[in-house]
Amino acid sequence: MAIGLAHYLTVAAILFTIGIFGIFLNRKNVIVILMSIELMLLAVNINFVAFSAQLSDLVGQVFALLVLTVAAGEAAIGLAILVVYFRNRGSIAVEDINLMKG
Amino acid sequence: MTVAAIFFYLFSAVMLASGVMVISSRNPVHSVLFLILAFFNAAGLFILLGAEFLAMILVVVYVGAVAVLFLFVVMMLDIDFSELRQGMLNYLPVGATIGLILLVELVLVVAGWSISPDLLKTVTAPTPPLADLTNTEALGRILYTKYIYYFQAAGLVLLVSMIGAIVLTLRHKPNVKRQSVSEQVARGPATAIEIRDVKPGQGI
Repeated sequence: MAIGLAHYLTVAAILFTIGIFGIFLNRKNVIVILMSIELMLLAVNINFVAFSAQLSDLVGQVFALLVLTVAAGEAAIGLAILVVYFRNRGSIAVEDINLMKG
Repeated sequence: MTVAAIFFYLFSAVMLASGVMVISSRNPVHSVLFLILAFFNAAGLFILLGAEFLAMILVVVYVGAVAVLFLFVVMMLDIDFSELRQGMLNYLPVGATIGLILLVELVLVVAGWSISPDLLKTVTAPTPPLADLTNTEALGRILYTKYIYYFQAAGLVLLVSMIGAIVLTLRHKPNVKRQSVSEQVARGPATAIEIRDVKPGQGI
């Protein structure tokens, strides 16, 4: 059986679901939540590149590059916030984050 | 079964298995290492799709920067992870339900859907044949010309996130002495020299 677009989309869908499931499973651990978000962004990138290859259109790869940039920036900012939060509170439990009652 | 198919199943199986290990591993350091394995296998999938440049960027940016950043933060913060894992099984049923529903929806969308033939006529930037241009060169030709503003915007996003991360984590410790150039320059004889009248036979 030849490997087509549907195969890649299915793999990306499963990876995205794993990311969603990881957020639910590790409700208290922000680091694993950030890693789950990275997994979800990776799944989206796989979708983009699969469509780009299927339609032989390079714009999909350009867009995947932009998604990758945003993912890198998001990880850096998220981890910086995490470090500041840990300095102030001494723990990274997400349940205390609603301290400001915003 | 062709070689490409074998490698597709190998890469996707290892990627999905390491994705499961990322979210279920007891030790966060192991999670990060499995995340790196998942990224490597995703790079393999990208190479199978003919996107070599993105595959290499994935290895460089994700494995070289993002995953190492995660590893650094996990090791720097002194966190009791066993405490964070308490009550994990409480969320398992609702998470599994939502995940299963989402997966079924996504797979149904993928299964009952096909590309319209008209779509192939509206391709914006057709991929040149590999004999003429490599993937990296073709991507560079459209990224630096037609999509230059998006490229610059991506650079701006990185700049903002860099400044944001520095501003968030920068702190001045009160006990560290720092040089203040303006204070030194503004110092004149009036503030620098103090004349005391010392009486004979006494110290200051």
